[in-house]
Amino acid sequence: MARMKSRGSQLFLPLSVLAILIVINLIKGADYFSISIINGALYGNIPNILYGASELVILSIGMTLVTSSAGSQDLSVGVAATITSAVFVWVLVSAGGITWWTILAAFLVSCVAGIVIGSFNGALVATLNVQPIVATLIVFTVGRSIAFLIDGKLSPILSSNLTYQIGNAIPGVPVRTPIILTVIFIVLAAVLLKTTNLKLYSQAVGINQKAARLNGINPVRIKLLAFMIMGVCAAVAGFIAVTKAGRHDSYNLLRNIEMDAILAVAIGGNSLYGGKFSITGSIIGAYTIEVLDLTLLRLDVPTQAINAFKAVFIIILMVIASPAVREFAGNGTNWVRARLGRADQIPTAIGEDASVVPKSDISAKKEV
Amino acid sequence: MESMNTIKRRERVTDSNLLFAIAAAIFVLMYGFGILTHGHDFLQAQTFFDLFNLNAALIILTLAESIVMIGGSIDISIGQVTALVTMSCAVFLQSGEGSIGGAILLALGIGIAFGLLQGFLVAYLKIQPFIITLAGMFLASGLMTTIHEDPINVTMPDFVHLTNFQIVIPWLGTINRNRRFIPLEIMPGTIVVLVLAVVLVILMNWSRFGRNLYAVGGNNESALMLGINVKRTRFYSHVLCGLLAGIAGFVFIMTTGAGNVGNASGFEIKAIAGSIIGGTLLSGGVGNLVGSPFGALTLLTINELIRAAGINSDFQSIANGMLLCIFIVLQNVVLRLRGTESLKLGLPGWLLPASRSR
Repeated sequence: MARMKSRGSQLFLPLSVLAILIVINLIKGADYFSISIINGALYGNIPNILYGASELVILSIGMTLVTSSAGSQDLSVGVAATITSAVFVWVLVSAGGITWWTILAAFLVSCVAGIVIGSFNGALVATLNVQPIVATLIVFTVGRSIAFLIDGKLSPILSSNLTYQIGNAIPGVPVRTPIILTVIFIVLAAVLLKTTNLKLYSQAVGINQKAARLNGINPVRIKLLAFMIMGVCAAVAGFIAVTKAGRHDSYNLLRNIEMDAILAVAIGGNSLYGGKFSITGSIIGAYTIEVLDLTLLRLDVPTQAINAFKAVFIIILMVIASPAVREFAGNGTNWVRARLGRADQIPTAIGEDASVVPKSDISAKKEV
Repeated sequence: MESMNTIKRRERVTDSNLLFAIAAAIFVLMYGFGILTHGHDFLQAQTFFDLFNLNAALIILTLAESIVMIGGSIDISIGQVTALVTMSCAVFLQSGEGSIGGAILLALGIGIAFGLLQGFLVAYLKIQPFIITLAGMFLASGLMTTIHEDPINVTMPDFVHLTNFQIVIPWLGTINRNRRFIPLEIMPGTIVVLVLAVVLVILMNWSRFGRNLYAVGGNNESALMLGINVKRTRFYSHVLCGLLAGIAGFVFIMTTGAGNVGNASGFEIKAIAGSIIGGTLLSGGVGNLVGSPFGALTLLTINELIRAAGINSDFQSIANGMLLCIFIVLQNVVLRLRGTESLKLGLPGWLLPASRSR
């Protein structure tokens, strides 16, 4: 019962924010939900949100796992995705012709690259006990240069119909491909978390590493695994991003997305110090960020000021969600509840209190 | 078990000194390596002081970041706040009604405003510092682009005079290739850095606020039980950090003389890296402010070395990252081996009592 309640309140914040944003959009124009079909694929505000947020959603899933088990964040996700997509492009270009098979092979190689990066970070964090932000700072500083060296030149172009179909839409399929890939990834993640003990173990490690160890969980392994999964997430996100863009710009691809991914985890109501987590919250958080970005564009906020508006929004959101304000609000609702309780059911709800204070006194107060 | 814990806690300060010693040794090593490979460049006093002259803002930011990190918090907004300060100072000075005193006040004001906002949210509302300072970073960059988007060169005569002002030390000069003697030139920014470093080291080591901050960063619950006002201490640390970011902004524009959107970009990460190399731990409570400038200088020396060797900039950042990796691993290995027998065997006997007594 108590668990259900806390879970509900965790999702309450991102959902209500999402609702507020959608209401703002509807006030701006009632055609917000309208969907049009161009070249057989769905376009419109909602599909655009789902399309635009796909990399962010995937990265925030991995980020949630890392945050939960390691108690800190991975700064290198965007850069890791840049490296893996550079590997993807490199394999694809050097393979000669672009077919479904070479794309699959290149994708798998890029996943391996992601796992390598993840295990590098994970090894530093898990075996050497380096703080994750510091450990991932290394890949963060190095990554874009490595990606550039893999590319060998400025932004190689993926001029193929197949990669265009992956990044945009396959003819005959109404939903654009990145959306489908995101859904597949979310389902896979959900299956992984439902069928294995990963969630329980990483929460245990995140809450108390020593206690987890005494219970037979190997914290090193769990953390390493979390970072490897993060690497795979980065590879998938990089794959989607590079096929969307059609070229690999090692300097600008997925720039600053690590900040958004961390933000998504926080908006989803997860603690950034590790422990219990909700993937659903993070996913909703990621979509919320995308909705926020698009809303600011739709409200004709000048592009220079978008960052400032976003910051104000984040600050307000975090203030509402902060422990101090929550406590204050909790006290407030308790106070209101107590008042209402007295009016409704005096003997049962606050029996002892009522026995001290004469009944007539309370009714007098109520009337005043 | 209980007694072991107390002993460990007392050793924390010596951890700071140990990490500082590593940082200083590494800096000397790097610089010595520079002298060995590119003797004529690195032996010039001007090269050494140019590290300060051209990077004064970064060193100040490293000090700021170290203070926040010692308090167990983090501030990733400082780079963009610095950029915002340079931009607003540039606009203010170019507006025709600007004065240098006003610009300094503006710089300090912006810095303190950010410090107050973030400090309040972090300390009193207990919001995660990473997220709040991330929002602060967005806010600063948004405000900056709203104020002005294109680069501005400040042409106000007084300010140009200030920018070109250099303290010349005739007896420490160098002889250039044409056999002409060039006296050593020190920019005002260097003086600011040195003064700030001394003031902040004194503040952190011998003032009540500084000692409280170490206690709060080390373990805020025990600090609370010792009667330290945890919230206020953390709040002050963020305000101080904001103030330093403001100063860094003014020093930056004093060095470059222009406001630009790309100013100080990436400085927050460099400052964090510099603090870490200088021996400050992100978990808080461990760090030595003398080490932070050394950390920043180590990073800068590496850059200088690579530039002198003529390697392209991609390898430059790779080398940076590799060295960062080595330092981080080294620090962690040393901290881990400390207290176990293996380190004692590795060190010569005369080193041990010195590190023990402190």
